[in-house]
Amino acid sequence: MKLTRRDALALGLGATAASFLPHRAMAAADEAIAEFTGGATPGEGGLTLTAPEIAENGNTVPISIDAPGAESVAIFATGNPTPKVATFNFGPLAGSQSATTRMRLAGTQDVVAVAKMADGSFVQVSSLVKVTIGGCGG
Amino acid sequence: MAADAKPRVKVPKTATAGEVITIKTLISHEMESGQRKDSDGNPIPRSIINRFTCDFNGQNVIDVTLEPAISTNPYFEFEATVPEAGEFKFTWYDDDGSVYEDAKSIEIA
Repeated sequence: MKLTRRDALALGLGATAASFLPHRAMAAADEAIAEFTGGATPGEGGLTLTAPEIAENGNTVPISIDAPGAESVAIFATGNPTPKVATFNFGPLAGSQSATTRMRLAGTQDVVAVAKMADGSFVQVSSLVKVTIGGCGG
Repeated sequence: MAADAKPRVKVPKTATAGEVITIKTLISHEMESGQRKDSDGNPIPRSIINRFTCDFNGQNVIDVTLEPAISTNPYFEFEATVPEAGEFKFTWYDDDGSVYEDAKSIEIA
């Protein structure tokens, strides 16, 4: 196979992109999620994650979760040094299974919410947040 | 840091029995993540609030586990059912063992 200049450029770009993918961080997030679900594969639906599309400041990114009928909801940031963000456990007097907080994001990444439903099943939803300035200091 | 953690809680003064109300809480706390480094390049040790709970007359409303990814001055907004007149109790647990508390009473209108 003859390697043209165009091919070489494409290869180089592909390799650069691949090396930038946070493989290790993704694995850590998957592990953290598996720890919460106990290895069960989460389904879909019944859980809403509200996060901004673009967060200018990664230090305070507002996020909301709403999961009617959930026992607890955990939030994970797949691209953070430590993927766990928070776990909300709803008690008998919770008016609704929803909450809002502010979180730190190291950079543009997927934010994942996993809810444990009352019947023991799990649902998952994720949302991509673009971060202009990362929130992990340096 | 622990000394000047000041909780602020917003709860309506009155509600009808069984009403669902929105509660907003904010506590001043640095939430040092353990990821940052000081000017000499040494890591700054983690110092965060790791748990927040809200109870009404002894019954749990919400129990949150916080990780270092929660922002400085942790803010929470959530909803609670008010079955009767009573008192909301808010508790924050610091990494260093300190416990910050606040309480708000609510009446049935």
